[in-house]
Amino acid sequence: MQLHDFGLILAFFVLVLAPAPWLGRYLYRAMEGQRTLLTPLLQPLERLCYRVAGVDPGAGQDWKRYTGALLAFNAVGLVLLFLILVGQGALPLNPQHLPGMEWSLAFNTAVSFVTNTNWQAYSGEASLSYFSQMLGLAVQNFVSPAVGLAVLVVFCRGIARRSTADLGNFWVDLTRATLYGLLPFCLVLALLLVWQGVPQSLHAYVQAHTLAGGEQSIPLGPAASQIAIKQLGTNGGGFFGVNSAHPFENPTAWSNLLEVAAIILIPVALLFTFGHYVGDRRQSRALLASMLILFVLGLGATLWAELRPNPALAALPVEQIGSLEGKESRFGSVASALWAVTTTAASNGSVNAMHDSFSALGGLVPLFNMMLGEVIFGGVGAGLYGMLLFVLITVFLAGLMIGRTPEYLGKKLEAREVRLLVATLLVMPLGVLVPAALAACLPGAAAAVSNPGAHGFSQILYAYTSGTANNGSAFAGFGANTPYHNLMIALAMLLGRFGYILPVLAIAGSLAAKTRAPQGSGSFPTHGPLFVVLLTLTLLLVGGLTFLPSLALGPLAEHFAAVGGA
Amino acid sequence: MNAQNPLHGAQAPLAGTSFAALCAPALRQAFVKLDPRRLWRAPVMAVVALTATLTSLLCAVPDSGVSTGLALQIALWLWFTVLFANFAEALAEGRGRARADSLRAGGRGLMARRRAGDGYETVAAAALRRGDVVRVQAGESIPGDGEVIDGVAAVNEAAITGESAPVIRAAGGDRSAVTGNTQVVSDWLLVRITANPGESTLDRMIALVEGAKRQKTPNEVALDILLIGLTLIFLVVVATLQPFARFAGGDLPLVYLAALLVTLIPTTIGGLLSAIGIAGMDRLVRLNVIAKSGRAVEAAGDVHVLMLDKTGTITFGNRRCSAMVKAPGVTTPALAEAALIASLADETPEGTSIVDYLKGLHTLQAPPREDLDVVPFSAETRLSGADWRGARYRKGAVDAVLAYLHLGRDELPAPLAREVEKIAQSGGTPLLVAADGQLLGAIHLKDVVKPGIRERFGELRRMGIRTVMVTGDNPLTAAAIAAEAGVDDVIAEATPEKKLARIRQEQAEGKLVAMCGDGANDAPALAQADVGLAMNDGTQAAREAANLVDLDSDPTKLLDVVRVGKELLVTRGALTTFSVANDVAKYFAILPALFAGLYPQLGALDLMRLHSPQSAILSAIVFNALIIVVLIPLALRGVRVQALDAARLLRRNLLIYGVGGLVAPFLGIKLIDLLLTAVGLV
Repeated sequence: MQLHDFGLILAFFVLVLAPAPWLGRYLYRAMEGQRTLLTPLLQPLERLCYRVAGVDPGAGQDWKRYTGALLAFNAVGLVLLFLILVGQGALPLNPQHLPGMEWSLAFNTAVSFVTNTNWQAYSGEASLSYFSQMLGLAVQNFVSPAVGLAVLVVFCRGIARRSTADLGNFWVDLTRATLYGLLPFCLVLALLLVWQGVPQSLHAYVQAHTLAGGEQSIPLGPAASQIAIKQLGTNGGGFFGVNSAHPFENPTAWSNLLEVAAIILIPVALLFTFGHYVGDRRQSRALLASMLILFVLGLGATLWAELRPNPALAALPVEQIGSLEGKESRFGSVASALWAVTTTAASNGSVNAMHDSFSALGGLVPLFNMMLGEVIFGGVGAGLYGMLLFVLITVFLAGLMIGRTPEYLGKKLEAREVRLLVATLLVMPLGVLVPAALAACLPGAAAAVSNPGAHGFSQILYAYTSGTANNGSAFAGFGANTPYHNLMIALAMLLGRFGYILPVLAIAGSLAAKTRAPQGSGSFPTHGPLFVVLLTLTLLLVGGLTFLPSLALGPLAEHFAAVGGA
Repeated sequence: MNAQNPLHGAQAPLAGTSFAALCAPALRQAFVKLDPRRLWRAPVMAVVALTATLTSLLCAVPDSGVSTGLALQIALWLWFTVLFANFAEALAEGRGRARADSLRAGGRGLMARRRAGDGYETVAAAALRRGDVVRVQAGESIPGDGEVIDGVAAVNEAAITGESAPVIRAAGGDRSAVTGNTQVVSDWLLVRITANPGESTLDRMIALVEGAKRQKTPNEVALDILLIGLTLIFLVVVATLQPFARFAGGDLPLVYLAALLVTLIPTTIGGLLSAIGIAGMDRLVRLNVIAKSGRAVEAAGDVHVLMLDKTGTITFGNRRCSAMVKAPGVTTPALAEAALIASLADETPEGTSIVDYLKGLHTLQAPPREDLDVVPFSAETRLSGADWRGARYRKGAVDAVLAYLHLGRDELPAPLAREVEKIAQSGGTPLLVAADGQLLGAIHLKDVVKPGIRERFGELRRMGIRTVMVTGDNPLTAAAIAAEAGVDDVIAEATPEKKLARIRQEQAEGKLVAMCGDGANDAPALAQADVGLAMNDGTQAAREAANLVDLDSDPTKLLDVVRVGKELLVTRGALTTFSVANDVAKYFAILPALFAGLYPQLGALDLMRLHSPQSAILSAIVFNALIIVVLIPLALRGVRVQALDAARLLRRNLLIYGVGGLVAPFLGIKLIDLLLTAVGLV
């Protein structure tokens, strides 16, 4: 690694961590309707939204009504997006006259954007009109992280409130999350990206004649605004097919830094929001510490793997500076590794390199990050509520060892909560292993894999892990655009999204109804180094025990074959 | 051995019985418990039994990858796993069952004289229903739990409490409850039966220690759900391995997959869970405490606040002499002699404590009792004492003695008045002593705090439990005793309403409250408290309102109940952590062996360098079965709970059971592998 590599990593951490306490407090105040810096500007707009929609912002909902509203909103969004994609040929803003999408691909894409996955079995510039991009995908790019944020806020209220059924109002949370939580950040990032040279245009693609005499079509579009929300909203669906490896999506070293930091800017800030909700900043710091440990371990392993010379080329008379296959040469190993770890730690899924071409272990880390359920910072809202589920599991596993009924921040974990927790634990194995097993043994499904053996298996595993974890990044080489995989991955994405959201809302409802026992020397300590280590180990243990056999058959077999020369 | 005392009759041989004698019936029970209906109560073990059945069937199908001998061995060890778990449960039950059996024997064939119209009819005790009225005479056993509605009698309750001194039971008042199977030794009682067959104290005791009838406690239910969840996850993990292997162009032997499944699912805790619960209840029964449900015992582990009656729990209950103060110009021997003579004939605890105190300090020649002309305490004078050799010795409350001496309050000599004031302020009671019309000095009577109680409260505080002393004393006295005993808070001048209000207030703050009581007026508070411990010699109302009954009527038992509750939870948590941590080593043993045919390079994961794939899989499954047996003593005894704060307790238990759970199987599996290879089984 060279000096500028260290500089990139340092700048990344500073950009992400330094503003987090302040942003976290801002998000807390905004979500609870307290006065913030932007209130004078945004409140009239917020009130207008309520008046137009006929929402009474003061009316609280219990968890069932909240869930009903959330599901209805997502169902309508899903149908609308599907119709736009299928019918884009007949809709305006389509200068390239692109036809409507094939139905299974449209369904897959609609599910993908509604669930904040942004798995793309298509290539943006070749398949989507500007209308689809702006009024279809971009809308979901905003509201899907807003929904995640709303669910997190409900979880926080469930822990913080006592003896109540009132968890807030979904429509209010959704509006505030979008208006205060996402829009201002996106506006700033989009302008910065335009400054760095990302296009923001509604013109038709430019036809260029190359020096060699060939014809080239240069795609344009309202890219900067899309990219801003794609990064900040942990969406990840690129405007262009190759995502942030494309020179228009990610033109410079500065844009690369901004974009990679934007992935986890809000998720890190939300840790502090949580601290404000439960009135205990130490809890934020403990969770942050655990996430940072896992993040740094993953980054270290990936850097180590990607900076090593490719063992397959070791015998050849070439000098290798790391393994560069599949990487954008403008960014190199370090920036690619940092992006790969960040995008899979969070549920972003945008890429600036091809994960498929990473070394076996370099590919294992992003895969494992997703297998943990993307709780290392994770998606907007989704990452932290996923992590909190793990906290509850940790507390339940180890909590009995202090001789009390396990409780988190004074809320007892009883049979009902444990049943819901177990349901969320089953999401990853059911969403990843079962469809992957089907894909591996059905002859038609397995044909999508470009490599045989261990690497081919990694491709299948990666696709379904990415879907269930709502990540959206892909191991290229996996031909996902078949009706079978479109539908199966769509199912995995739905399971991965609502398999968490529904139990989380139910747990929030159940916790809010309980009283909160006072914290004392007899309570289970959920701050401090002991808990950080315990939580981190529990995460690794649960993830590892579930996925070690499949990882052994994929990346690990590949790795040991490579180092063993087999 | 006392035939009237089945409880303690059973305990005596039990203590003497060797472990081996309990093992034989438990071994037999282990096979009886293979009944699928019983297995279903422990879902994890049901999965193991199912897998074992499947594996046994697979032994008949030749598989090129696995020799029949190895398959048979794996099937055998899978069955052992189930049997070991059954054995653990049977062993836990066995200890309680021996006691239950002898209790039952005591109640068998008991007859009752039931009131019918104007007369009585003789019926079997088992036929009595709630509301029936029976008459019991001297020499007969009381046929069931009930309340005395008429008569006074001495009752020998040794069968239940082990205490052989008879106690008085009478209608009305706080001593009206009687327990079935205890014996009336004098007079007669008319008893209204308050429990239907199957609901009596005896029945509850029996139900608590028998696994099949035991209700799972809330934490046990929650833990069960988690264990089922883990089992489901591992089912998915193992079931999907075969298609994955096919994709890689190979085939995994089903017997190996069965072995992998059983080693991964939490069999250690799954197999011992019920034994832990039964043994916990058994420990409670040994303390002579009856729980109406396991829920109360668990709740005891959770309590934040203990409300304890001062009298009998924190203090001895009687005021004792602790010092004497001379009036000006009086010699110490003169005061001591006067106090002694005034108290010699006084048989109240206060009087004897004065005599004890003086005899400990001075070598006084006490006059013989018969020479004294005793003046007993009278309500009119509020004095007591004796006349001896013409001199009149008196002691009594300050005002009473002053009135006797015809002195005004302000005529009390100043130094003595100061001392008297001090005694009152410190929560004590001052008595004055006079002889022949002359004021000699004062006696300091005080409530004596039981030795060691302060330390126990300190331990509780470290565990995050606050103690609240409940007393009828005035706030001044209460505060003084509270300071001496080291309780955290005090309710002075307590009334039943005050107690109830305090419990509600604590509960509103999210705290769990435990209290003990005996009187009928304690019943609402006992019912409101999360853990209510009633004294067996109290009223039926209190016994019904409480969820725990102490047969020895010792209020300090509450502290022991808290410990048992905590031990129960800690033992489950420790073994769960151990069980899950074990899986890491098992993966490293089995995965390389399992995939040896597909990807030989995965041998790099074989950290233990096991002999062969066959021995690796067999070693893992043998370890998995044996660890249940190894941990049976821990499950039955329970993990001891130190009086530490939660953070330290957690660190300690994590180091032992978490880190231990990670490391132990690496060593164990390697050792078994060496043994199996040496014996030539693989």
